[in-house]
Amino acid sequence: MSELTWSTKSPRPRITLTPSLAQNLPDDNHMALRLEGSAKETLEQGRNRLVMAGVIFAICFIALASRLIGLAISGIGDEEVIASEADAPPPVATTESKRAEIRDRNGVLLATTLTTASLFADPKKVLDPKEAAAKLTTVLGDLNEATILSKLASAKNFIWLKRNLTPSQQYQVNSLGIPGLYFREEEKRFYPMGPLVSHVMGFTDVDNHGIAGVEKHFDEQLNGSGERASQELILSLDVRIQHALRDELSRHMSIFRAIGAAGMVMDIKTGEILGMVSLPDFDPNRPGDFSGDAKFNRISLGVYEMGSTFKTFTTAMGLDTGTVGLNGGYDATEPIRKGGFRIRDDHPKKRWLSVPEIYMYSSNIGAAKMADEVGPKRHKAFLAKLGLLEKPSLEIPEIGAPILPPRWNSLETMTISFGHGLSVSPLQLSTGIAAIVNGGNYIKPTVVRRDSEKRTAVRQVISAKTSDIMRRLMRLVVEKGTGGKAAAPGYLVGGKTGTAEKAVGGRYKRDALIASFVSAFPMNDPRYVVFAMLDEPKGNAQTHGFRSAGWTAAPIVGRLISRIGPILSIQPLDEESEAIQKAMFIPINSREKKLASF
Amino acid sequence: MTTFTRLDRSVVGSWWWTVDRWTLVAVGLLVAMGGVMVLAASPAIAARLHLDSFHFVRRQFMYLPMAVMAIFAISLLSPLWVRRLAVVSFGFFSILTIATLLVGPEVKGAHRWLQFGSFTLQPTEFLKPSFAVVAAWMFAEQRRSDEIPGNLISIALFVFVVSLLLLQPDVGMTLVVSAVWFAQFFLAGLPIIWVVMFVVVGIVSAAAAYSLFPHVASRVDRFMDPSGGGNYQIERAMEAFQTGGFFGVGPGDGSVKRQLPDAHTDFIFAVLGEEFGVVICLFVVALFAFIVLRGFSRLLEEKNFFVVLAAAGLLIQFGLQAVINIGVNLRLMPTKGMTLPFISYGGSSMFALALLMGMLLALSRRRAGTGELR
Repeated sequence: MSELTWSTKSPRPRITLTPSLAQNLPDDNHMALRLEGSAKETLEQGRNRLVMAGVIFAICFIALASRLIGLAISGIGDEEVIASEADAPPPVATTESKRAEIRDRNGVLLATTLTTASLFADPKKVLDPKEAAAKLTTVLGDLNEATILSKLASAKNFIWLKRNLTPSQQYQVNSLGIPGLYFREEEKRFYPMGPLVSHVMGFTDVDNHGIAGVEKHFDEQLNGSGERASQELILSLDVRIQHALRDELSRHMSIFRAIGAAGMVMDIKTGEILGMVSLPDFDPNRPGDFSGDAKFNRISLGVYEMGSTFKTFTTAMGLDTGTVGLNGGYDATEPIRKGGFRIRDDHPKKRWLSVPEIYMYSSNIGAAKMADEVGPKRHKAFLAKLGLLEKPSLEIPEIGAPILPPRWNSLETMTISFGHGLSVSPLQLSTGIAAIVNGGNYIKPTVVRRDSEKRTAVRQVISAKTSDIMRRLMRLVVEKGTGGKAAAPGYLVGGKTGTAEKAVGGRYKRDALIASFVSAFPMNDPRYVVFAMLDEPKGNAQTHGFRSAGWTAAPIVGRLISRIGPILSIQPLDEESEAIQKAMFIPINSREKKLASF
Repeated sequence: MTTFTRLDRSVVGSWWWTVDRWTLVAVGLLVAMGGVMVLAASPAIAARLHLDSFHFVRRQFMYLPMAVMAIFAISLLSPLWVRRLAVVSFGFFSILTIATLLVGPEVKGAHRWLQFGSFTLQPTEFLKPSFAVVAAWMFAEQRRSDEIPGNLISIALFVFVVSLLLLQPDVGMTLVVSAVWFAQFFLAGLPIIWVVMFVVVGIVSAAAAYSLFPHVASRVDRFMDPSGGGNYQIERAMEAFQTGGFFGVGPGDGSVKRQLPDAHTDFIFAVLGEEFGVVICLFVVALFAFIVLRGFSRLLEEKNFFVVLAAAGLLIQFGLQAVINIGVNLRLMPTKGMTLPFISYGGSSMFALALLMGMLLALSRRRAGTGELR
């Protein structure tokens, strides 16, 4: 190109007007000038307005640019979101803070949240699925090569391979250097106590939503999503008690080859549950590996005909309503025949029995007559006050409702008096017993620590006087009656056995028993209710083949109280001392005393 | 650098010395970027539609050279011929637009397309730039002499075009065409009182569109209340920019293109943001801003009023399309299906833009003289 040519020979267009346009011009010179002026003005105005439009556009482009920069900056610091697909699981609920911890009453950690890495793949980016699968199985042994391959063959661009890897597993997977594999940080609920607190604790799903136990009941607070977000949850449980309870139960469960066992320890003054165990149990760290039976809470969800332990309620009712006195009694010579049923005693004395004798020897006939005298109406009302006829409230979702008889007449009152015809949960039974021995106050049970001063929902069920007599009667059962094996020297244990045939398919199964023992200690000033139950125990040589509660369930309570008494700071007493003997004295009006040879 | 000397008085030679080469370079960069982006984004879409993965790529790479040729060819024209071309194409595509109403297949409740074998054509895309030039001519005639009632003709044509668009219906394009036409009217010296009145009418019609067309209402509602959900594409697009950050995750490594059904067309900018980063996005915005603002500044020296109005109309249309598309991608505006000039995939839009850019380059060529057209 040549600059020199520009000034002389540029292809400049001609300036002259074309003839056609010239013809259109007005003849008048003046007119032409005016038009020219107006055209200039128009052009000038157009240019000014063009500048305005340009400014508006410039502002628009600047807005776009600043928005772009803003977005890019907002993305920095975020975790790298490599892929999020509509079918990917929803993000972990906890955003700022992790799900709150759960501790026992002494601050021992029961549940916490760990940050782990979860492995996922974008199958489209995995170059060699076969090699990837083979390599992965060398590191993650529990993964199956075929399963990985089928996952990598999927058309999705996000697929979980394994959730919650350990740091060393994450390191090893990274070392494999397989393209298309990614980690996402997730939170994993961890239960350091394992199966020890399984049923009360419950568990969470992979996305940290509580789906059982207190994890479910307090899900919102724990996740910090509800209004009442909490830092941590303190349970009423004491892991030391829990451990002793679980230990004794599982030992006796295997000794008596029972299919299940359950027990609980409850503070009768506050309603706090210090221990609650149902066996078989599960590890909340891997709930998927356990059967439904293992997750079944026999204490709160299971309802059973509890058998003779109910005579405690019957006796308290008789005494409290005044239909019978402590010296009164009923004739238990002959079995009762009523409506095609025969009510008889297991160990018939075949004579008149006083109230303490009826309770001590666990006479069905005596209890039935005692309840019948009170009448079905008052019987029902009394049990209702003890919370036995409605679903109890507790801070776990696994709560069973009692099964009431379809009718409740004289016959039903008679059978219920000794614990048949009405199914309640062991939780209800223990809460009722607590009310009987604590001075007559029904206190709602809880698995959350309560301030001991703050009592909740107290209602008077029986008089303090009746409660005092019931303590002595329960002590009598352990001292001289069917519950001898529940004795724990120094802890003044009192209680009542209950052996019931399991009702299966509307018929009682003779060879399947529910053997239970409900107790309280120390009986001069009861502090704790202890309950133990074996599901279908079998007799052995040591029990001479017996499998009734006195032989199977009572020993659990005796051994357990010896273990937990010191933990609970209960001073051992001299049971033989005069003061104790006096406090526990109960006059037994036996008309055939002279015939008694023992 | 070039084989043309200033002595060369051939058509191409004089074109080379008079055309706005800076704009030419910017357009070239946009077209090249469009080629890269269709390579990056469309295979994922093709895979989802169970097409051959290079289905869109092959088509776009067939269109691209043709579009470049068209730009070149049209930019050779003189302003007078540009006007003639615009009038002819306005008439032609008006007829085709009427045809869409009669024989066009219904796609998602609207008649916007004509089917020719495996190719589809959206005539309104071509109607837009042609109308801008025709309207500019009419406005300019009104100023030049009282013999032709240019403003009235322009208003009549505007009503005609808008009616066609609303019958389809295509509210978004109506909005763009109206904005461009109004801007031209404004530049042509519309008194301020009328400007105010038109703005009022515009607001009223926007409200009418909101209440008459349910899809418009739902889009605006979802824009106003993002928490209501249903903004799937926009949310993914936002994530894409955040994931991309300043320098992007790398070409081909993005994931948003697999999630957005319109990743190769309306949401190509989000793909660009994720894979190439915000810095490149800013470069693209700068290219558009450069073309529009440079065009405006060149028009300040232009002496022919028709050329000013026509070129300004084309520039505004081009800039508006870019601003709206990017604005939607950045969630600054409600969702509106609009392509990003030269970067989005699409034959109709590509050739319509070639027509626009060709006419613009032709109009903005340097001419000596007092401003009369030859």
